[in-house]
Amino acid sequence: MSLAEKYPKEVKQILAKYPPEHKRSAVMPLLYLAQREEGYITKAAMQDIARMLDISETDVASIVGFYTLYHDKKEGKYRMQVCTDLPCALRGADEFLDNLCANLGIKVGETTPDGVITLEAVMCLAACDKAPVFQTQGPDGIKYHENMTVDKTMELIEALRKSSA
Amino acid sequence: MAHILLRHRDIPDIHKLEVYKKNGGFAAFQNAVTRMKPNEVTEVVKNSGLRGRGGAGFPTGMKWSFIDNKNWPHYVVANADESEPGTFKDREIMESNPFQFLEGVAIASYAVGANAAYVYLRGEFWQIAAFLDEKIAEMEAAGYLGKNLFGTDYSLKIYTHLGAGAYICGEETAMLESIEGKRGQPRVRPPFPPSYGLYGKPTIVNNVETLTNVPLILANGAEWYKSMGTADSAGVKIFSLSGRVRKPGNYELPFGTTFRELIYTYGGGVQDSRKVKAIMPAGASSSLILVDDEKVLDTPMDYASVRTLGADLGSASVIVIDDTVSMDWLINKTVHFFRHESCGKCTPCREGTYWMSHLTERIHEGRATRADVDLLLNVAKQMQGKCLCALGEFSTMAVVTGIERFRQDFDKVVKA
Ligand SMILES: Cc1cc2nc3c(=O)[nH]c(=O)nc-3n(C[C@H](O)[C@H](O)[C@H](O)COP(=O)(O)O)c2cc1C
Ligand code: SF4
Ligand code: FES
Repeated sequence: MSLAEKYPKEVKQILAKYPPEHKRSAVMPLLYLAQREEGYITKAAMQDIARMLDISETDVASIVGFYTLYHDKKEGKYRMQVCTDLPCALRGADEFLDNLCANLGIKVGETTPDGVITLEAVMCLAACDKAPVFQTQGPDGIKYHENMTVDKTMELIEALRKSSA
Repeated sequence: MAHILLRHRDIPDIHKLEVYKKNGGFAAFQNAVTRMKPNEVTEVVKNSGLRGRGGAGFPTGMKWSFIDNKNWPHYVVANADESEPGTFKDREIMESNPFQFLEGVAIASYAVGANAAYVYLRGEFWQIAAFLDEKIAEMEAAGYLGKNLFGTDYSLKIYTHLGAGAYICGEETAMLESIEGKRGQPRVRPPFPPSYGLYGKPTIVNNVETLTNVPLILANGAEWYKSMGTADSAGVKIFSLSGRVRKPGNYELPFGTTFRELIYTYGGGVQDSRKVKAIMPAGASSSLILVDDEKVLDTPMDYASVRTLGADLGSASVIVIDDTVSMDWLINKTVHFFRHESCGKCTPCREGTYWMSHLTERIHEGRATRADVDLLLNVAKQMQGKCLCALGEFSTMAVVTGIERFRQDFDKVVKA
């Protein structure tokens, strides 16, 4: 099913934001829409968006490749993206991530065997006063988790596992 | 003193339309649209001394006066990309005092004759964008946005646009490319956005904090605003304080407040009562200020004074570094950030950040010699002045000042 068939209301709202002669501008919000359910963007979705906006499939793919929040591969249901940038690192972010890896038994970049969590290290999230901090990117969008401890994080992961079972 | 930007700290419900209105909200916009000519609005902002809060400190009113009135339509773009490590102020404004920011966008739009404005938020601000969409809808319902505002022929729509994780999109021309549905890579300038911006049309790009100042400047006048701060840096600034301090956070203070006051009076002092070794006043893009003498801490935080320390105030994202931190570790962090964020469009930055990251890694891991440190310094200096946008330059600041001002840290980790 095409995006326009699946999400008619959302697609219409997105296109209305930009001058009709510049509908290419809609590519970023449409990619978020395409990524919503599966957590990554399929080749078919890229073709669909290219057709809708009269641009080439290569153009769409190059945008997916350029921006870090778009994914073209299936990973865990939730990407847990821990900030280890300088200000957070000055407040213990690297140790936090190490402990989290040890608790989950995976390395940065890997996914838990149940497919629920992919652990990633990311750049500043604009929450440097609330380190350790991470965001979860999943079917319900992007959420911040601030002033975290390993214990609180493991509780959150349990909850995500339960809701995914 | 009552807050001017972080007003929710004094009026907790100011994110509600009724509460914002009761506290004078939208009166400045209504007054501008119904009683002032666009260039009169720009004149007030010019006289207030307001300078851009996104980093460069460019005079805001002057930027508005550069809009090309021979080419139409015009656009306003609010820069809510907030991706400089150490910066988290625009987020607090949008989350807690959203109407004052949106009123600022509206006034700027009227002043430069724009009927459409975009708020470009970094992709991580997904929830904030949804919240702003609600607030924009409330303004439309109340008659503050839409067609024929206040019975005049002025119309305005505001839209949000989410980025998707790319620091470079905070650079204004990369941001315009991104809104146009392209890869976020900077344009060659000139022409500058006020003559050639979004869709090739005259466009004003301003930071969120810059725009949030505007409603109160119009309401209270340029003289009122200028009475705060210093001669070259008028008004108040939000300092995002992070790193090794007891109470990190945003502090709204007049320009000219000293580092000491920010760190000790507001920030509660250094963690574990250690000593301040260095300060990065503008996030990861900063030069490292050497704090070898306590007097450095008494420097007023305004554009001109910080420059005397061999650094720029930039976005005033003050990262405090104590004497437990070694600079070989620190520059390895900053260089990795810039290598990751380099958009790859020009060779000096793409290749330079790549080589620098190899060297900083080797040095930090104790596998390097003194000659490698010299080579790193040389690579950084070679990059300066050769990059297409400021990101390339930013990536060298901590490296050069780290090695030049803290050489002993590197001597300790290199092989003999
Ligand atoms: C690499 C790079 C990143 C930038 N990031 C931001 C940012 O996140 N937010 C911002 O307001 N300005 C950022 N800027 C500055 C903008 O290009 C632009 O100068 C600013 O938005 C203008 O608004 P102002 O005059 O109100 O400060 C960045 C500049 C560069 C070179
Ligand atoms: S300096 Fe770096 S970020 Fe800027 S255009 Fe060149 S490669 Fe891109
Ligand atoms: S450095 Fe981690 S949120 Fe800014």
